[in-house]
Amino acid sequence: MGVSEILAYALGIISVASALLVVFSKNPIHSVLYLIITFFSIAGQYVLLNAQFLFIVQIIVYSGAIMVLFLFVLMLLNLNKDTEPQKSNLFKFISIITACSLFISMIAMVKGVGNLNLPSEPDSQIGLVKNLGMVLFSKYVIPFELSSVLFISGMVGAVMIGKKETHDIN
Amino acid sequence: MTDVIRQIDISYYVYLSILLFSIGVLGVLIRRNAIILFMCIELMLNSVNLLFVAFSSYRGDANGQLFVFFIMVVAAAEVAVGLAILVMMYRNTKSVDVSLLDKLKN
Repeated sequence: MGVSEILAYALGIISVASALLVVFSKNPIHSVLYLIITFFSIAGQYVLLNAQFLFIVQIIVYSGAIMVLFLFVLMLLNLNKDTEPQKSNLFKFISIITACSLFISMIAMVKGVGNLNLPSEPDSQIGLVKNLGMVLFSKYVIPFELSSVLFISGMVGAVMIGKKETHDIN
Repeated sequence: MTDVIRQIDISYYVYLSILLFSIGVLGVLIRRNAIILFMCIELMLNSVNLLFVAFSSYRGDANGQLFVFFIMVVAAAEVAVGLAILVMMYRNTKSVDVSLLDKLKN
């Protein structure tokens, strides 16, 4: 068993465990912190899969920007842990059954797939910034520009929604 | 680090991302706090990203990794707008409980 194999399994266990803690921890701030651990372990998987560019983007965008936004909003809203009402036990039981059956049916779906025809020696250099940049700015240059339009509209929308209304509607 | 592709079968990544996706669905179903719901949606997006990157690396195809990049872009915009909606909702109802938002029912 090689080092990278052990690392891959360990990162998988860490990500699943912290994902479960995100769902089941009572305090929302603990949930955010566990979600950061999950994102870091997924970033570790990206390193093992030779996707260095996405590793950096995952750390900066998810673990950095998005999680800071979550923590900021959470602390702005000042939620106590006892303010969240719980769903009934019957509903929780039904939800767990539903999620388990989704899991089992997706596993069964994957099992039905035959040979994937993966190449035995794939190009290991595709995840580098240079190669991804070449593809991004040649083949995907229009989606790249459109995503900037999406960001502008997202920013304007967030400011418009978050603005305090000057007149009370109700 | 490249030898992980030779040592581990791709089914490990498929099962791991299915498991993470199911945990995200479970979180959306059993929690009522809107922020936790958003976080579970992020978890589901990340599990899909992991599957994209795994297949992209195993096939030696750069298109999958660029797709993940665009998913991250859309997720960042979605979180910015969603959290603004959430702050607005808190300002109006003094709570982030999603079960209070049932005005469409009546």
